[in-house]
Order: sequence, then structure tokens, then C-alpha cells
Amino acid sequence: MTARLSSFESSLDELGVSVTRVDPGSLCERLDELITAPAVGVAPEEAFDDPSLSLAETAIEVDPTPAALREATTGVTGARVGVADYGSVTLSMTDRGSELVSLFVDRHIAVLRAADILATMEDGIDALDDEIGRTRGSSIIATGPSATADMGALVNGAHGPRDVHVLVIEEEGS
Amino acid sequence: MATADELRELMRTEGAAVATNTQAFNDGRYASVSDLEDYEALKREARAIKEDAIERLPELLERLTETVEENGGTVYLADDAADANEYIRSVAAEREANRVVKSKSMTSEELEVNEVLEKDGVDVVETDLGEWVLQLADEAPSHIVAPAIHKSRDAIAELFNERFDPDEPLETAEELTRFARETLGEQIIDAEVGLTGANFIAAETGTMALVTSEGNARKSVAATDTQITVAGVEKIVPTVSDLQPFVELIGRSGTGQDITSYISLLTPPVETPVVDFEDDTTPISEFDNDREFHLVLVDNGRMDMRDDEHLRETLYCIRCSACSNSCANFQSVGGHAFGGETYSGGIATGWEAGIEGQDVAAEFNDLCTGCTRCVNACPVGIDIPWINTVVRDRTNRESEGPADWLVDGLTPDDEDEGAPLQKRFFGNFETVAKLGSATAPVSNWLAGTTVSRQFMARFLEVDPRRELPTFERETLVDWFADRESTVVDPERRAVLYPDLYTNHVQVDRGKAAVRVLEALGVDVVIPQVPSSGRAPISQGMVATAADHAERVADTLAPHVADGRDIVVVEPSDYAMFQREYERFVDEERFTALADGSYEILEYVYGLLENGSDVSALATTEDGAVAYHSHCQQRTLGLEAYTVAVLEECGYDVATSDVECCGMAGSFGYKSDYYELSMDVGDRLRKQLQVDGVRERPVVASGTSCLEQIDALLERQPRHPIELLAE
Repeated sequence: MTARLSSFESSLDELGVSVTRVDPGSLCERLDELITAPAVGVAPEEAFDDPSLSLAETAIEVDPTPAALREATTGVTGARVGVADYGSVTLSMTDRGSELVSLFVDRHIAVLRAADILATMEDGIDALDDEIGRTRGSSIIATGPSATADMGALVNGAHGPRDVHVLVIEEEGS
Repeated sequence: MATADELRELMRTEGAAVATNTQAFNDGRYASVSDLEDYEALKREARAIKEDAIERLPELLERLTETVEENGGTVYLADDAADANEYIRSVAAEREANRVVKSKSMTSEELEVNEVLEKDGVDVVETDLGEWVLQLADEAPSHIVAPAIHKSRDAIAELFNERFDPDEPLETAEELTRFARETLGEQIIDAEVGLTGANFIAAETGTMALVTSEGNARKSVAATDTQITVAGVEKIVPTVSDLQPFVELIGRSGTGQDITSYISLLTPPVETPVVDFEDDTTPISEFDNDREFHLVLVDNGRMDMRDDEHLRETLYCIRCSACSNSCANFQSVGGHAFGGETYSGGIATGWEAGIEGQDVAAEFNDLCTGCTRCVNACPVGIDIPWINTVVRDRTNRESEGPADWLVDGLTPDDEDEGAPLQKRFFGNFETVAKLGSATAPVSNWLAGTTVSRQFMARFLEVDPRRELPTFERETLVDWFADRESTVVDPERRAVLYPDLYTNHVQVDRGKAAVRVLEALGVDVVIPQVPSSGRAPISQGMVATAADHAERVADTLAPHVADGRDIVVVEPSDYAMFQREYERFVDEERFTALADGSYEILEYVYGLLENGSDVSALATTEDGAVAYHSHCQQRTLGLEAYTVAVLEECGYDVATSDVECCGMAGSFGYKSDYYELSMDVGDRLRKQLQVDGVRERPVVASGTSCLEQIDALLERQPRHPIELLAE
């Protein structure tokens, strides 16, 4: 587990994505430090079906209006799975607009459980195959910030976020 | 076919940007795939999935239709572009769409759907930044992945400043991107329809994969209430788990990224609420997600390609652009010359022949020189040079044949119809070479006369700026017949294959090969053997090449059976034995010849590894050479043997890493391509002229490479075997 997390962190480092480990108790506090206001979010409690991961105690506006989303600088969502060897996270689409919140902002903060970090892309795709097979849902394998080289040099923040941060929740004993 | 003038103009206007960008992608590919634990196994896996999917296509189509409908979407199977466009029009009209936002899709370029929608008054906006630049500039893509690869930052800045007249002129890539993001961002949230392509579609769940980095495809789907996806029928794979090798290979193979920023796995209609972006009172979760989804699967010639044994492989293509970036000619001219109506690069010949027709493919097909550098780069192992050869052959057969009086004598080939005179001249180079040697030195003297050069320029389109090969009066076979073997108790016994050039033109390297082999205790014979068929195959004369293959295999088979190794000096002929002969002769004879033959330095390496004494060769204490390996030799993984042998003989070896020297057999002789050939060659020249290499003698393995380097440098290059025989 620790090896996977370290491998995940070094992959993210190569992508220029910062990463923070956090214990469940201090999630809200760390999020408040990491966001650039105004911030909107979809509570990770939804992605993980875990009421303890609520965003109620943060400055993040949960379930914003579309206008508030457009005004927001930071978007916080859960990420179902991490892929260690690529530094990827998978972002599920939900009826609470997780896709909009992770996309229409400058800074995306993905909240991921350490236990959900898989070693390889093969494991990641298998997990998605399983999830999509059951739910017929949709997911994004997101790796680093949105980018383009179409304007003559590599620029982050083409249509999507120019800055991505991953917050890894380490359960006790994990 | 692009003329010399057109190619020159493209190289002048677009060449620099194309060269810089394609080479960066190509270098990135090498670096990125080297990180994979088992690149070759991953490619085999990807290939197997595509082979299986195309084989089972009718069944997968049926399954996909079921699942998309179960998911709440609609599937439309379009016979051709007009059919697909009519359907897309009707969806847009029914939705009363004012604006359609598009993410990048080659299939939609193939359909030319933008024009059709615009005629209906729909505002069609390309949201991929590269595509948007081209839409504003009214230009066609020059690369299948990076469509505006031919445009420099300055040119884009000029375009934006002229078109939008911003308060502060835009200049940096950062400013241009920011501006495009904001402008397009407003248009996306205001659109009704999002039109996307698909890189793959999994039949089992109706899940499509979109490989992107900008996030525009995500936005185009998330911000609109109607999703239309157009995709060729060949994009279907069985399941989501089948995507794994492609996810790992597509970015690495194309732009050299380990993975793109976003691989969207969408099972439309997607769950994201359809919101009104102006609304400042309703929470997002209270909006419905009542999306429509239309999957337009396009045949447009693909099912016929599936039934065509030679074009079928084209359908495995995942549009990664590796064959463009690894192509020396593409690196110089880009897709505006090396491309058809929609697709560009080596694989475009297959696509354009299948979709648009033979005549469109014929327009650019000659730019594939068969160097094979794309073969290892292709993540699904398509034999792209072979597709180009087959299409060239078909083009030859469709064209009008040259007048008989020009053909008689010089072209005793098996082409019952059609190949143009220039192609038949180069394709029958064996006859030319035999005549040349038989009549040397008169032939050489005559070939150099003004009258001959004018004849060649006019009827054969041989560029007058090229020096012609000089034929030796005494061929290698004749020289060898008059001498006694020096080996009494042989270590091994070998046939030195008298390839066309070693036998007639570069006879010295053949003699050197004999001396080296004998010094290492090999009993050598050099029988009369037909030429390999490389010359005709490069001109698309498949029947003639097949006839050569048959005769070579028949001539060499008894020697192989007798326990002799077949040793080959010319890499392009050796590559015939290893690759193309599989298509021409039966499996047993192919395997015997392929397994029993060796490139000359590969063979020397084997002898030294197995105990032969290097001191029998000419060695040096402190020698230094520059070595340029041959393109086809590198594809077969043989460069390392030459380097190792030279090092063992005491040389410090600096190697080139350009994909091809640009000469490529007859290519560089042709008037239309001389300047392109020299432009490609210039990259090699630069590598051979850098500090630390400039003073070194140059060695090269291929005849073409030697001729090209001779034209590029003051230093006269030699074959590496000649160093060992001094």
C-alpha cells in the first residue's frame, strides 16, 4: 500500500501535480487551506458513500448554481480510483454535476482514498470495466492538468483546469 | 502527384514548423515507449484485439446497437458520407440547434459535415484549439493528431490579431491559449449540440473512449443537451477492458506522451445534469439530465476494405500519427503533400484508397519510399509500406502504359499492363545494370553525355543534378569465378549473395566481404543469383517482384539445403528475404531462406562471438568513424551488430539517428523528388557535421545511403566491411 502510494506520488510529481496526504479527521481543514476561493464542490461522501467525508465544515459551496460554478476558481470532487504508474485518477460522472465541477474551474482538487490506488493501468481499466459493466456509467481517466501544444508551446489550462491537486485520505492502519 | 514546385513551396512555407514538431513527437515516442515494461507484447495485444474485432465486426455492430439502445441512445448506420450528413442535419434541425460545438474528429472531416450544417444556417464551432485555428484560417489539417502542426506561433498570433483585433496584441502561446479558451468557452455553454468523434467504442456496454488533452470534448458533451458521435465502424472493440493496451500505447505512439490528460470513457447519454449556465438560483443537482444521444456509425467504404485482403489491415489503424512522425519525407513536407482528402501520412494511402478511391491515394502514394521506419512505430503492427506498394501496383495497372518503343528491351518485366516508364526503368534496374556492366566503360561515358542526360531527364524524369552510378566492367561474380578459395579447413560455408549493386556498381565492397569472410575461416561461393526484386517492388511492380522472389528462392534453396549460410551485403535486399518474401514464396522456402540468411556485419558479429579471432581482421588502436545505418536494416534491429563489430575492431563509433537518408533507392533520382530527398538528407548531413563527428570517416550500410552521403559531404563514405578488410 505504501509502495503504491509512493509510486502514485512520484508519477504525480512528474506531471507537475501536487499531492497531499491527509487523515480523515483533518480533511476539511486541509481542503480549506488548499482551495483558492471561490470554491465549489461535490462532497466526496457521494463518491465514496461515506457520510463522514462531508464538506459541510468547509468554505466550499456544495451543489452550487451554474452561475456560481462559472464564478468559481476551485472545484473539489471525489476520485474513485488512482493509478500509481501513470498518476491518473478516475472521475465518475454523477447527477450532481461532478463532471462540471472538475472541468469548468481553474483548479481541480481530487479527493482520493489511499486504499483505492491501484498499481497499474491494467488494474485501473479492469476496475472501470467492472464499474461501467455494473452501472453503465461514465468516467474520465484524468492525468495531470488540461493542456495543449496547439499554440506553439505546451500550455496548461486549455479548456479545463490548469492546476490539479490530489488529496489522498489515509485511513488509520492503512 | 505533387510536383517539384509544389513540394518546394510547401517546404519553404510549412517545412520548418512541420519538421520541428514531427521530430519532437518522434523523439518523444522513442523516449516514452522505452519506459514500458514490455512494449512489444503490448503492441501484439493491441493488434490481436483489432484483428479479432474486425473479424467479428458484423456481430459487434449488432451488439453495440443493442447496448446503445438499452442505454437510451440511438444508432444510425450510415452507408456513406452523404447518408451520415443527412442524418446529422436532421438531428440538428429537430433540436432547432443554432450552434454545434465539435471536438476533434477525423471522421467528421471525412464527412465534411461542417459545410452541410453551415448551409442550414447552423454555427459550427471547432473547439480543439488546433482545429479552431484552421477553421479561422480556412485551411486543411496537415497532421491527423496535431492538425495545425504546420503553423508557427507567430502565424497563429497574426491570424488572431487580424481576426479579433484584441486590445493588446496576442503574442505568447500562453496568451493565445487563454484567448482561445475564453472565446470558445462562451460559445460552448451556449450551444445545443455537441458533436464528437470516438477513438474506440466498446460494444458490450456502449462505452466510447475519447483520447484528448484539452478538455474540449468533455465540455462539448457536458454543456450541451444533444450528443452526436460520429465514428467509423472499425472503431468498435468488444469490451472496456480491451481498451487497456490502446490507452497505454496511443499517446506514446503519437505525440510521445505517456498518456493524454483525459481518456473519457463515456456511456452516453451521460449523467451530468443539463444546466442553464446563466441560472444563479437553481442548484446543479436540480437540473434534469435529459440528454439525447445519437451514434452515427459510418461505413463509407470500410466494409469493402474489410473484404480486401490488402486494405483490411488499414482498419486496425488507431489514428495515432506514429507513421507520420517517423516518416522522413513527412517530416519535410507534412500532410498537405503527404495526404489525401482527409488522412495523411503513410497509412493515409490505405484510408484514401478505401474511402475516396484509388485516384486520390495515387496523388501522394509515391511519397512512401518503403523505408519501413513506420512499421515498428505502428502500435498495431500494420505493414504500411506493403499497403503503399499494393496501392501503387493498382495505380500502375490503371494508368496508361508507355509507348512500346520506349519499353522494349529495357523492361522485360511481368507487368502485363500499365506501369509508367519511369517506374519500369527503375523497377527493371537489373537489366540496366547488366547492360551497364557489359558495356562499361562506354556505358558510363555515354550515360554522362548531355544527350543521354537529356533523354533521361525527359523520358525517365531522372534529375540531372544526381550523379549516376558507375558500372564496373568486371562484376563481383566474374571476379570471384577467376579466383581460388583461400580457406582450407572452413569454420562455416556461405553463399555471398551478389546483390545488384554489389555485383555491378560497388564491387569493392563485395570483394572486401569475401576477404573478411575468408579471413575468418568461411568458405565462400558466389553463384549467379537473380536480383532480389527490391527494385520492382519499390515501383509497385508486385508481379515482377514476386517472380524475382521465386527465382531467388529456387536458386538459393539447394545451397541452404547443402548447409551454406546466405550472407547479404545490401540491407534492402536482405530485408526482402526477411519481410516481403513471406508474401511471395511458400512458407517452407521463406522460412528456410529467412532463417538461413544474414546481413554481412550481423554474420561477422556471429563469427566473432563464436570464437573467430578478431586479429584476422584489420583493426585499429584509436580509430573513429561515423556510422549511418540503413533504414530497413534498423527496422530489422541490425544496426547494433555493425556498431559492435566496429567497436571490437577498435573504432569509436558515432551513429546517426535520422530515420532515413532520403535517397531511398530510386526516389532521390526522380526529378520531382530530388529537392525533397536533399532536404531529408540535410538532417543526416547536419548530424555528420557536428563537432566531434566532422573529422571522422563515414561508413554506411546501404547503397542508397552511400550515394546520398556522397552527394551531401566532401568525405566519400564506404561500407563498414571495407574497414575490416584493409
